[in-house]
Amino acid sequence: MARTGMLAENQMWRYRLSHSLKRFFLYAVLIGGALIMIAPFAWMLSSSLKAPHEISLKYIKWLPESPQWRNYKIAWEAAPFAMYFKNSFFIATVCMLIEVTFSSLAAYAFAKMNFFGKNFLFVLFLGTMMIPGEVMLIPNYMTMVNVGWIDTYYSLIVPWTVSVFSIFLLRQFFMSIPHELFEAAILDGCGKFRYLITVMLPLSKPAVATVMLFKFIGSWNAFLWVLIMTNTPTMRTIPVGLTYFVSDVGAQYNYLMAASTFAMAPILILFLLLQKQFIQGIARTGLKG
Amino acid sequence: MLRIPAEMKRKKYWKETLEAYLYLLPTLAILGMFSFYPVVKSVIISFYDWHLLRKEQYFIGFENYQKLLSDRNFLLAISNTFRYVIGFVPISICLALIIAVLLNNKIRWRGALRLAYFLPWVTSSVAISMVWRWIYNQHYGLLNMALANLAWFVNKVVELVTFGSVAQVWQFSNINWLMEPRWTIINIVIISVWKSIGYYVVIFLAGLQNVPGELYEAAEVDGANSWQSFWKITLPLISPTTFFISIIAIIGAFKMFTEIYVLYTGSPGPLSSGLTIVYYVYRNAFERYRMGYASAAAYILFAIIFVFTLIQMYASKRRVHYDF
Repeated sequence: MARTGMLAENQMWRYRLSHSLKRFFLYAVLIGGALIMIAPFAWMLSSSLKAPHEISLKYIKWLPESPQWRNYKIAWEAAPFAMYFKNSFFIATVCMLIEVTFSSLAAYAFAKMNFFGKNFLFVLFLGTMMIPGEVMLIPNYMTMVNVGWIDTYYSLIVPWTVSVFSIFLLRQFFMSIPHELFEAAILDGCGKFRYLITVMLPLSKPAVATVMLFKFIGSWNAFLWVLIMTNTPTMRTIPVGLTYFVSDVGAQYNYLMAASTFAMAPILILFLLLQKQFIQGIARTGLKG
Repeated sequence: MLRIPAEMKRKKYWKETLEAYLYLLPTLAILGMFSFYPVVKSVIISFYDWHLLRKEQYFIGFENYQKLLSDRNFLLAISNTFRYVIGFVPISICLALIIAVLLNNKIRWRGALRLAYFLPWVTSSVAISMVWRWIYNQHYGLLNMALANLAWFVNKVVELVTFGSVAQVWQFSNINWLMEPRWTIINIVIISVWKSIGYYVVIFLAGLQNVPGELYEAAEVDGANSWQSFWKITLPLISPTTFFISIIAIIGAFKMFTEIYVLYTGSPGPLSSGLTIVYYVYRNAFERYRMGYASAAAYILFAIIFVFTLIQMYASKRRVHYDF
């Protein structure tokens, strides 16, 4: 303000004009972009509530005349979606709980202990992050065939209970907790395991929440592995069930969009509830790439 | 400082080693079984003529690799994958950077806007590809209808500006997005840019938050405009973030599969125009059970990703500035 106060009147006017023009473009671009991002979701919702004759209109109509809520019921009953949901919930929850347990144990060892082969293991773990999962797909499939785990929950859970990414994220967080705290606790006779449970984990809530969220969503959305691991409908998860649903209903897009809506609803709700943790978590992973 | 005898120290060290491995045991078991072992195993398989439904397997050396490199479909898969990567990576990074820089201003509804950009990233690729399949529909799809509206609007404006002497500059007729091979890669690029951009925006925003504000103030005092400060301050200082994003973007892009599988309902698009390397691996391994051949293809994918990561690491040593 002090600076603009010294400007001549017409200069000030020009400054204000260019400033508000800039603001206008800023909002125009950001809001326009956001609308494009949201449009597919809006179109999905709108189509899912349309009557058959409204689905095949040749112009854009966002609001259906009378919302056909029964589309959801028809889609839900056209395929064993209740079972797919149950499977997805079960697998995602178990994966998440086991993974966070295993990862915090491993991360604790890397963060607070000195042991033989620590650096070697650290590099080895990092190395697995560089290898695309597709390389391991075939041997893992063969392992599952040999163990007889095809079409079981084991094959959908066990291989995914460890994530090197989570281990590093937690280790990073554990290391930021002052080491003096650890030394004091150990000196006072607190066991290492008890320290992890009663001090470390409660202090690392944001990191733990991030790890759990990522796992739940990743597990819920997982596709290729579930596709090759399951032959029977009883084992399918939501995404795989959805692809089979397409071949059943064909081009009846109002039912397809209804199914897509309830397939993504749980994750979207979870995300909207926990978006702050989520976005902070991602920001954290990117910081020290 | 208490002096601890070397022997006791060593004893303590080994005790701690034992303890640490107890903590690491579950992780090591799972990783060993499902990461270390398969990495080695798939190299071995790739040297065999290995068919899943056959009892005996035959060692054939490098024959799988030789066959792959003269397989028309595999070369097509490589070229498709590269075209996709070349389309997706620069577009998504540039757009994400622009949006992040704009969002980094003091603006209203910042959280809501960020949320809108981020939303597609959490949704399932399968469900969202289904929605896009509907959007790309030739007759009733949102995209064609929106483009038709846009064409009408452009024509109207041109007509008004030229007082009616020029009419119909943009003759729009519905595009058959999903049936014409030339659109396949573009379709996939559009979906994946839309889906991943928000994730990159969030990471870029975190990087931008680390750029000290005084630098911009100093630049403004020195008479730099915002365009100049973007190129001279923002871009160099967030280069570590850009580097990180470009690595995850490239690695992710080379593994494209789900969107194609769903968009074309279990086929790699018209005339295999969407056949990517992972799709090729999937098809050979799980539809034709040629495990050896598919493993070799997967290893070639790994080699390509590895080379790209190395090139980027090398480039980053010269271009990325880590200190402020």
